[in-house]
Amino acid sequence: MNILHTWIASAALAIVTVAPIPVFADGDPDAGERVFRRCISCHAIGPDAGNKVGPTLNEIFGRVAGTVEGFRYSRALVAAGQEGLVWDDANMDAFITRPARLVPGTRMSFSGLRKAEDRANLIAFLHTLTPETAMGTAHLVPGDPELPDEIMALVGDVAYGQYLASSCVTCHQVGNTESNIPSIIGWPAPAMVTVLHAYKNKNRDNDVMQQQTGTLSNEEIAALAAYFETLE
Amino acid sequence: MKLDRRGFLGAGVAAAATASAPMVMAGSHGKPKVVVIGGGAGGATAARYIAKDSGGAIDVTLIEPSRTYYTCFFSNLYLGGYRDMASLGHSYGGLAAQGINVVHDWAIGVDRDAKTVALAGGGSVPYDKLIMSPGIDFRDGAVEGWDLSSQNAMPHAYKAGSQTELLKAQIDAMPQGGTFAMVAPPNPFRCPPGPYERISMVAHHMKNNNPTAKILILDPKAKFSKQGLFQDGWARHYGNMIEWIGPDFGGDMVSVDPGAMEVNIDGEVTKVDVCNVIPAMKAGRIAELAGVTNEAGWAPVDPHTMATRADGDIYVLGDSSQQGDMPKSGFSANSQAKVCAMAVRGALTGSATFPARFSNTCWSLIETDDGIKVGASYEATDDKIAKTSGFVSQVGEDDATRAATYQESIGWYDGITADMFG
Repeated sequence: MNILHTWIASAALAIVTVAPIPVFADGDPDAGERVFRRCISCHAIGPDAGNKVGPTLNEIFGRVAGTVEGFRYSRALVAAGQEGLVWDDANMDAFITRPARLVPGTRMSFSGLRKAEDRANLIAFLHTLTPETAMGTAHLVPGDPELPDEIMALVGDVAYGQYLASSCVTCHQVGNTESNIPSIIGWPAPAMVTVLHAYKNKNRDNDVMQQQTGTLSNEEIAALAAYFETLE
Repeated sequence: MKLDRRGFLGAGVAAAATASAPMVMAGSHGKPKVVVIGGGAGGATAARYIAKDSGGAIDVTLIEPSRTYYTCFFSNLYLGGYRDMASLGHSYGGLAAQGINVVHDWAIGVDRDAKTVALAGGGSVPYDKLIMSPGIDFRDGAVEGWDLSSQNAMPHAYKAGSQTELLKAQIDAMPQGGTFAMVAPPNPFRCPPGPYERISMVAHHMKNNNPTAKILILDPKAKFSKQGLFQDGWARHYGNMIEWIGPDFGGDMVSVDPGAMEVNIDGEVTKVDVCNVIPAMKAGRIAELAGVTNEAGWAPVDPHTMATRADGDIYVLGDSSQQGDMPKSGFSANSQAKVCAMAVRGALTGSATFPARFSNTCWSLIETDDGIKVGASYEATDDKIAKTSGFVSQVGEDDATRAATYQESIGWYDGITADMFG
């Protein structure tokens, strides 16, 4: 484990000690929009937003730290990204608690949000800026089906998904290694659900994938998506 | 048949080695113990999944004689010159690092009453659940004139490693215009498309190095896996080089003379330069020694768990099992291992179990960038593992599809070996 990971782990631990329940999981995006007013002088958001004093925060979650195109980051933040910092709720919560504590040397001269509730709301709001990331539309191709709400709304059983996934990982490697067959870990569940149904419905070609998905029920597809989303 | 203690001792094993032998595993008393015999696609996968998913709650010991495991799958590509031998070799360091006790030794007997496995090197290993995935052995007298003492003159090359390298050397050294013969096995056997992919790889080599060579297949079967696809490919790529002799023309009436390098096809003697004899098969010998095989030589299993019909604490995976519709393949063994691992964990720790489901895909290479595949899904019924649906490549597919299929097979190789060895 490298130093940054240790850092992130201990920062996360500190948060857990203070607030045993990770409150960022259920923030109020509307309240978060009001919190965001404190950020807006440096960070632009929304359609066509560019970089200002700070980088745009569109689609921040799931992005490697320090990688918005055209923005000049501190060496510290770029290094953090290279060492594996990928923005998610937990590390974003740690960062906006006090940026310089998570990433010493960051140029972000913001002292931080002390109230856990403010941070949770802000994170909830930032999620609304990332519809494409959240949906994983990067994984979709033209011709993929638009699925009815009742399929998209199914909440999968992770434990069942883990068992079902044992069939997938005969070919799709767990980890980020891709050898002619794509990595499928960490995909947002809606994207995984859509792609699996695309094979099942034969919107997508590939005999093996059509065969594998052809035997899966809607619930099983949801379970697989729920499981793969948990992998990093 | 259940072996008693005398049977367990076995011929040639010193009594002292078993009766008072130290147990191999020490410490961690009280944890349930799983012993896995055979570190291939079935055994390595089962060991890894049980260790990984039980989070240390189960002691896992893997008994496998080889330090380096050479996969039989993709070994035909080595014969064709597409892979080197090193790329097929895998060590067990990754499994050891995951907490599996890897014992490089031969399992030579199973005492089902005492629930221990005897090792050739002395000592024994206790188990609560025993998983065997010992691959295949050959039936004595299956091909008249051939036995294991003639495997240097006429290699089987159906267990990857030195045999594969020997066959490759013989193919390379074949005189110009010489004859390569294969004695193909009867059903059921490991890797149904394997002999015919091998023929394709030999033909690929000959086309480039020995274009006047002839290839004979002497086959006791009236039809074989992906036959239409192979024969279409052979005609497109290799002209008249390959001759398939089925049972209608004496392919089932073959004897060999390894000393004279001759094959006798229903009375007609032909001199050959290389002869690949793939005899009829049966379960790996240790399954027979454990008394879990039937008259046909295979181990019948419960499709829901892969537990043997003979002993609910002994499971048999992969080639050695008699399970129903799945072909004997590395992919099948890997698929069965995951069902078995779940069932064994559930039995020992009470972890959740789900209905068994299985799948298989077999990729074959006919010529450079001309890959084909066949695959299916399966479910467990009380009688057998039953095929629910399947697919197969089609004659006349475009070049891009065939090339993509080959590329996909390489991805599968890397994926399954990562899944087996961690």
